[in-house]
Amino acid sequence: MNKIKTILTGKFFFIFGPFILLWLLRYVIPNYTISSKTPHWAYIPPKSCLGGCGSIDGLIPFVDWTNALIQFLRKYEIFGLFTFRDFTRGIANYVDKFLDFTEAVLHKGFPSYDVGPLPWIFILTLTIILGFYLRGWRLALLGGACFSYLILFSKRGIWELSMKSLAAISVSAPLAALIGLCLGILAVKRKRFANFLWPMLNILQSLPHFSYLILVVIFVGIGTKAGVIATVIFAFPPMARLTILGLQNISQEIKEAGVMAGCTKWQMLFKVEIPAARSPIMLGINQVIMQCLAMIVIAAFIGQPGLGHDLLIRLQGLRLGEAFEIGVAVVLIAITLDRYSQALALKEPERREGNFVKRNPYLCATFFAIIICSILVFLFPFFNEYPKELTVSASVYLDNAIKSFTRSLFVPLGIFRDWMLIYFLMPLKAVFQSMPWTGVILFVGAIGWKLGKMRLALTVMLFVFFIASSGYWVRAMITVYMVFASLVICALIGIPLGIWASKKESRTKIVLNICDIFQTFPSFIYLLPAIMLFQISDVSAIFAIVIYSSIPMVRYTVFGLRNVPQQIIEASITSGCTDRQLLWKVKMPLAFPEIILGANQTLMFALFMVMIAGFIGTVDLSQEIFRALSFSDGGKGLIIGLCVAFIGLTADRLLVEWSSQMKSKLGFKV
Amino acid sequence: MNKEAKISCKNIWKLYGEAPEKFLKNTNNNPTTEEIKKNNYIPAVRDASIDVNTGEILVIMGLSGSGKSTLLRCMSKLIEPTHGQVFFEGSDLLKASEKELIDIRRHKMGMVFQHFALLPHRTVLQNVAFPLEVQGQEIQKREERAKDVIKLVGLEGREKYYPRELSGGQQQRVGLARSLAVEPDVWFLDEPFSALDPLIRKEMQNEFLRLQSMLKKTIVFITHDFDEAIRLADRIAIMYEGLIVQVGTPEELITKPATDYVAEFTKDIPRSKLLNAESIMNEKDKKPYENTVNYSDKIEKIASKVLKSESIFSVVDDNKEVLGSVSKKELIKALFAEDKNE
Repeated sequence: MNKIKTILTGKFFFIFGPFILLWLLRYVIPNYTISSKTPHWAYIPPKSCLGGCGSIDGLIPFVDWTNALIQFLRKYEIFGLFTFRDFTRGIANYVDKFLDFTEAVLHKGFPSYDVGPLPWIFILTLTIILGFYLRGWRLALLGGACFSYLILFSKRGIWELSMKSLAAISVSAPLAALIGLCLGILAVKRKRFANFLWPMLNILQSLPHFSYLILVVIFVGIGTKAGVIATVIFAFPPMARLTILGLQNISQEIKEAGVMAGCTKWQMLFKVEIPAARSPIMLGINQVIMQCLAMIVIAAFIGQPGLGHDLLIRLQGLRLGEAFEIGVAVVLIAITLDRYSQALALKEPERREGNFVKRNPYLCATFFAIIICSILVFLFPFFNEYPKELTVSASVYLDNAIKSFTRSLFVPLGIFRDWMLIYFLMPLKAVFQSMPWTGVILFVGAIGWKLGKMRLALTVMLFVFFIASSGYWVRAMITVYMVFASLVICALIGIPLGIWASKKESRTKIVLNICDIFQTFPSFIYLLPAIMLFQISDVSAIFAIVIYSSIPMVRYTVFGLRNVPQQIIEASITSGCTDRQLLWKVKMPLAFPEIILGANQTLMFALFMVMIAGFIGTVDLSQEIFRALSFSDGGKGLIIGLCVAFIGLTADRLLVEWSSQMKSKLGFKV
Repeated sequence: MNKEAKISCKNIWKLYGEAPEKFLKNTNNNPTTEEIKKNNYIPAVRDASIDVNTGEILVIMGLSGSGKSTLLRCMSKLIEPTHGQVFFEGSDLLKASEKELIDIRRHKMGMVFQHFALLPHRTVLQNVAFPLEVQGQEIQKREERAKDVIKLVGLEGREKYYPRELSGGQQQRVGLARSLAVEPDVWFLDEPFSALDPLIRKEMQNEFLRLQSMLKKTIVFITHDFDEAIRLADRIAIMYEGLIVQVGTPEELITKPATDYVAEFTKDIPRSKLLNAESIMNEKDKKPYENTVNYSDKIEKIASKVLKSESIFSVVDDNKEVLGSVSKKELIKALFAEDKNE
């Protein structure tokens, strides 16, 4: 009897109890399954989208409200002069002016002055000199190799495509960085603005790209400038975040030194604070560039030409060899830009003494290179435009290789795929689909409350309620199932890998480097091997998600294990721990909070990738978003986007809180 | 108000917590320790009144958390006191406008920080010239001046270095130079040598004394190191839990500690380094003896001489006028004063 009592009042029952009870009720209440026409309201929210519905109204018609608001913004004339849409399009036209310039420099030329685009030899040479300046010959080699590839493999126009993409990035990245910087500064200086900005950044960063692509289409249109604006919206939040962090972390003494020198507010900002926070701000710029690259492919959905656009077409046509060639170009550009901007962030000013040439060697080298290149271009047309006959393409061989590779693996891969589907994915999907929404709300609420935060509990419950009442509950649960399945697999792969890697310094280095490289790949690239191996199915979607989102799992596991204080490890060894005991009794418990954070990141990555995997045909929220995109249904896109964001934020809030509570219990600084 | 006072603090309070002004008002600006604790306020400075005289070195000394840094920051209004007044050259600093404050800081105050607080993206020269730059001085003029100060602190030839290329001691020399670039009247030093190795610390203390002998600034110097305080101070203020416990010359603190806390601090201080011949001599015996010592000589300097010899020494002033005498007896009495009390 006592035992039952402890179970009923225990933590476990408190959290899972209501959920289990509701689940058990299915045997009492009829119409519990989703296959029945009128499922009971406690299981499936009324009016929820079951299967292939188009635009629907949920329990609360959020979609209609949003669409009404969008209509209003489109039609209503502010002061009777212009509509909100005129305003956004006006801004877009300004963006277009910059774009005209970068496009002219990089691939269109200035026809009115009879000047062509910048010849390849300039771009190659200047990249190499910049690499030398930023870090040295290795970086220069990387940059040189990247652009050489683009030039050499340009049979199908990779060079022109790259220049188009770079033209777009060279407008969107500075714009996003500037906006992020200004918002960040404003947030640090005005507390009230910060209170408004943080939640906005949270939502913006967890909103799937496609949902605001639709809004961009409505308010701006399509094409390169629309792509640039979508990219800017996507890329500025990390910049704002890192600016805030950077400015807040300046040591108090340095600020005081500025005040005591008699700085005015502006002098403080420009002469003391921004320079002192230089590194985090530069890292922000690195982040911005990476986000812009990630958007290359996604912006192609709203008609931005460039590498992304062609990659997409080839993927749709399953011309994998050609897609692979373009994919390599995207990855090379990504890695190069990442390393260059990282080097910029970490670069310290150097002391040089002597005459002008000695003090400014790179400036002189650049000047010299420009002269030489100009002469070369003037004398030999080869250096102006790389001749098409000298370009190569490996796509035919690649196609054949991929075909023979998949053919030889067709049977075992097929067996693996079917086994995964039948024994893992289908049953898991069934479990998630039969979860009552009322139970889920109580479940997350109970966890939030157990973590000791009434406010937290209410917030996450509200998030789940929003999803339930939006009308997309069933689809949302499929998304949750996909994310959960990926999370399980990621943990099964990532944690052991992390443990293995953390054992030796050399392994750690290698694994973290691989993680770095993988993380720079734009997400669409991961669809390539997935389609190659598993054709189009849930398994290929999950495969793509898993490779992409295992990265944080590994990274955080390694970080957690390696950050266990050396003293504690030494104390355990002298207490006579075996290696195994050391790992399971000492290191793992101490690294656990960090691993939870890793799981949280993995979850966010997975959620992001699920949306992209919709491209290869899954039936969750992402499919609905793609549908909304093709119908330009802004309201639907935004509401589904919010559903996805709230799934992410619910998990994020709970896991981060849990982890930080564990950390403070262990006495670590949070 | 003391006429000589460069800075004069009157009843400074700094409390952390919710609406501390209101709390202070309700308690007539004089809450007891219990009241403060009960209402969950953290007292950083409590009712501190102190004058800094022109041309003196005032050392504020206390353990970490005693409020010494907060008090220093109240003097330059880096931190706004919850209550009280700060007079700088006779005018109320707390009532000064933002513009006046900037002006005072640009021309009359210099500050040196514990962790140097150099701007990492600027060279030594640019760091030292920084306060002049924000005043709007021309580049040539300010760099000339900066070079002079760099020379003064002995960093000639390092003008183009970046802070990360310098050792801790050198970095703090840059800090000293920067704070002196504007030729301030008042020099604030917030534990300037605490982050340095003991040997370097000694060297920097000498450097500091050398600079002061040339510059004759009004100085407020913060430290938690009593040895350092005694070496440098004209006067020492000891702080404990936000209160100023005692203000006085080093000799006064040792010979007449106001509280047990001060006594505890001064207990381990070697008297031989601090007391001079005058303070221990037998004033009644004014006979001129063959051997003499100067009245200002520290005991450590005369000890071996006196202890080796059986004779009595005359204590004379600078004009060879006899003030008194010392012998083995006086010396031993002074050095082992504690034993007498037991």
